[in-house]
Amino acid sequence: MSAEPDSASAQNITAFFAELSRIYSADRILTNNAQLAPYESDGLTCFRARPCGVVLPETQQEVIDTVRLCHRFEMPFIARGSGTSLSGGAVPIENGLVIAMNRMNKILDYDAEQLTAVVEPGVINLKVSQHVAGDRLYYAPDPSSGPVCTIGGNVAFNSGGAHCLKYGMTSNHVLGIKAVLPDGEIVNLGGDSLESVGQDLTGMFIGSEGLFGVALEVTLRLLPKPEKYYTLQAAYDSLEKAGNAVAMVVASGLLPGAMEIMDRLSMDAADAAIGAGYPQDAAAVLIVELEGTTDEVEAEMPLLHSVIEESGAYIVEAAKDDAHRTKIWTGRKSAFSAVGRLSPDFIVQDGVVPRTRLAEALAEIERLSGEYGIRVANVFHAGDGNLHPLVMFDGREEGALHKAEELSGEIIRLCIRLGGSITGEHGVGLEKRMYLGEMYGEDDIEFMHRLQHAVDPQKLANRGKKLPAATAPALLTRGAHPLEKQGVIFRD
Amino acid sequence: MQHDIPVDQIGPLGLPMAEAVQKCVHCGFCLPACPTYQVHGEEMDSPRGRIFLMKEVLEGNVALDEAEPYVDKCLGCVGCETACPSGVPYGELITAFRATSETKRDRSAIDKTLRRFILETLPYPGRFRMAAKLGGVGRIFRKAMPGRLGDMLDLLPAKLPAAQPLPEVFPAEGERKGRVALLAGCAQQVLAPDINFATLRVLAKNGIETVIPKQQSCCGALAAHTGAADQAKQFAKQNLKAFPTDVDAILTNAAGCGSGMHEYELWLRGEPEQAAAEEFVKRVCDVSVFLAKLGIVAPPELQTKTRLAYHDACHLAHAQKVKSQPRELLASIGNLELVEIPNGDMCCGSAGTYNIEQPETAAELGNQKARAVISTEPDVVATGNIGCMTQIETHLSNVVFGKRIPVLHTMQILDRAYRGEPLA
Repeated sequence: MSAEPDSASAQNITAFFAELSRIYSADRILTNNAQLAPYESDGLTCFRARPCGVVLPETQQEVIDTVRLCHRFEMPFIARGSGTSLSGGAVPIENGLVIAMNRMNKILDYDAEQLTAVVEPGVINLKVSQHVAGDRLYYAPDPSSGPVCTIGGNVAFNSGGAHCLKYGMTSNHVLGIKAVLPDGEIVNLGGDSLESVGQDLTGMFIGSEGLFGVALEVTLRLLPKPEKYYTLQAAYDSLEKAGNAVAMVVASGLLPGAMEIMDRLSMDAADAAIGAGYPQDAAAVLIVELEGTTDEVEAEMPLLHSVIEESGAYIVEAAKDDAHRTKIWTGRKSAFSAVGRLSPDFIVQDGVVPRTRLAEALAEIERLSGEYGIRVANVFHAGDGNLHPLVMFDGREEGALHKAEELSGEIIRLCIRLGGSITGEHGVGLEKRMYLGEMYGEDDIEFMHRLQHAVDPQKLANRGKKLPAATAPALLTRGAHPLEKQGVIFRD
Repeated sequence: MQHDIPVDQIGPLGLPMAEAVQKCVHCGFCLPACPTYQVHGEEMDSPRGRIFLMKEVLEGNVALDEAEPYVDKCLGCVGCETACPSGVPYGELITAFRATSETKRDRSAIDKTLRRFILETLPYPGRFRMAAKLGGVGRIFRKAMPGRLGDMLDLLPAKLPAAQPLPEVFPAEGERKGRVALLAGCAQQVLAPDINFATLRVLAKNGIETVIPKQQSCCGALAAHTGAADQAKQFAKQNLKAFPTDVDAILTNAAGCGSGMHEYELWLRGEPEQAAAEEFVKRVCDVSVFLAKLGIVAPPELQTKTRLAYHDACHLAHAQKVKSQPRELLASIGNLELVEIPNGDMCCGSAGTYNIEQPETAAELGNQKARAVISTEPDVVATGNIGCMTQIETHLSNVVFGKRIPVLHTMQILDRAYRGEPLA
């Protein structure tokens, strides 16, 4: 079999759709232009691709049958949730099939004593927390798109969010996954316990960006809601001071639930969107949130205040009440989209740097922004060094996208140079594929290709995402390992 | 979002449409706020999807007739505008799109007739009264009526209240503190004339004199939101002439009309009256906004404790951003417990003529709203829009059997409180 089979031939497509219509009623197979166009993009509109069709499954069996059919016809497919990816991860495969999981949105099981919930992948992130709120529980990962994005998408991209500083990413909150692999095999990875034995296959599936198939059921770990929140806004006259404050807070021994920084541009955008009321004239604001039991939070408050004062903040203000706290967070979480008010187009970057080098990274981004003459807004999860520079451009100006991409590339390379990563939580998707090879060595990349080959030799599942196109000689190594070919090693 | 909309070839509405598309970043924050996306779960039935589709049609990449079913399914509730962080003026976009595409549409004969009938009847109180009366008779033949005509009949009340002509001036009680003009509303005058009289009495009680210009016409919202741009322009121009300029405000008491009148500048883009419309719009506000700003005389305490669920009409809450004022007014009534309806930002499915054009989606949303209302166990429901009142009343009676929960206008509630009458 060839490594990258072409999409099914025209004749095959007719036969493929005939088979699809045995699984789905006509209204759940979308094929005309007006139906397909809205599925062309996700949250990153500079990438577009037209699928040959979109199906809307309502049961697990339908998803399984669809994947098996795709396997039989060698039809590449992507499972799509709410299409909020900021790395192009949910962009369809040209002429491939989109399996839109939005109607697979049932919470199948919920155990308040065991602190678990079993959900279908189309369930919206925030709905999980709403469902269990009556028992004072919640689901911790809180990506900014929480009211929109699905658990399936969170699993595929190992989503984070503001509070992953203290609680970790999606992978720290998923106990088990039932999935259909690209060849149609059903697997149960992990289980319903915090303790698992053997290989961490759940961990392998999470963050695989859809390359290993489609999740059917996800067992989530729930947490008791913190008794008390203490949310502080500190204003600084420079972005670097705010960056340094983050390292100082962590060095003091505190572990806040979240630490976020917004620069002037992003504060302006968020204020225009929801009237969040961030400090006027500040070059940067640092949002720090302590959370936990009342005793714990109250004991930590004086230390936090003294560190923040020492860091050179010129206004320090605590959230007055729950409504004020909500406002601060809604503003922060709307910031990406709100930047649409400042610029028709932008690229959101997602690089990570070590916390201690935040100030350095921010100063360099500012310098690059000046050099390119492109505005860059900064809003990011400072606590874990996860930067989100928003590189603004007007796509109608000739060459503007290219220039913005160049600047983005420089920022990514800066992150790698400082000892960080090209992605913190948005994933590699389409957008950062070409930088993966700069972060990992050839052996690592080759290993990733072999892993993909082991699970999906035809590359049907979300083909073309995450892994760089294999052009370098070392990357062309596919199929059996050389030692395997020589009969030195074997596999089942 | 990038686009290649040929702005110059479209006319005066090309620019506002292109600007709206450009502001959309496709983030999807509108999805949970969209009633049709919640019902259908398809990207084409979401605001983001429709923006993309309208862009594609304007660019010439997708045929209008393929996109129509999805554009038509939009209620125009603009819940997405409230949810949108990037500030996309979605309402302006869809109104402009409907206006520019209507002339290119190929509608079926039945569709054309029904549409013409609605546009020639509803905006004219006299004609609508006549039609509604005939409809009452027509109910006998309900079973023989084709789908949508039958659905229309179901929304008509069994018996119409008697016609009550409005005075030209309604004087203030006691010292006059201000003077306003009132838009009487078309369907409202026929279906629930008491709303206008309650409004006039409440204003008078608070020292406000109201003039009701005789030459006023329908606000034009119905026409504009169904793409009948010429008719909408005509109505807007007539109202620009009919309403006096020497009043403190031009008041509306139907959310749909209020939001329509706020769009006059858009409808008259490129017309000689555009500047006048811009000035006019600044003076238009909902009666609740005017009264909350004025500060009202506290009504006497209710004799029995009453639980009231306030329903946000989309064209007040989302289109005019009016949420707190009606609640403030209602909260000033003693012995009244104000409760919030869960998921209250979601449309009830009324949306002008939507329940005639998209009866299935409208019914689904109506039932959802009725269930949400009932979950608050109210004695009475209040809202600021006649369309919502009719829709919620119809669906409450579908969901609850036996007990009737009255649905009243915020002004009717205040009026009853002032007069010492029970609410439920």
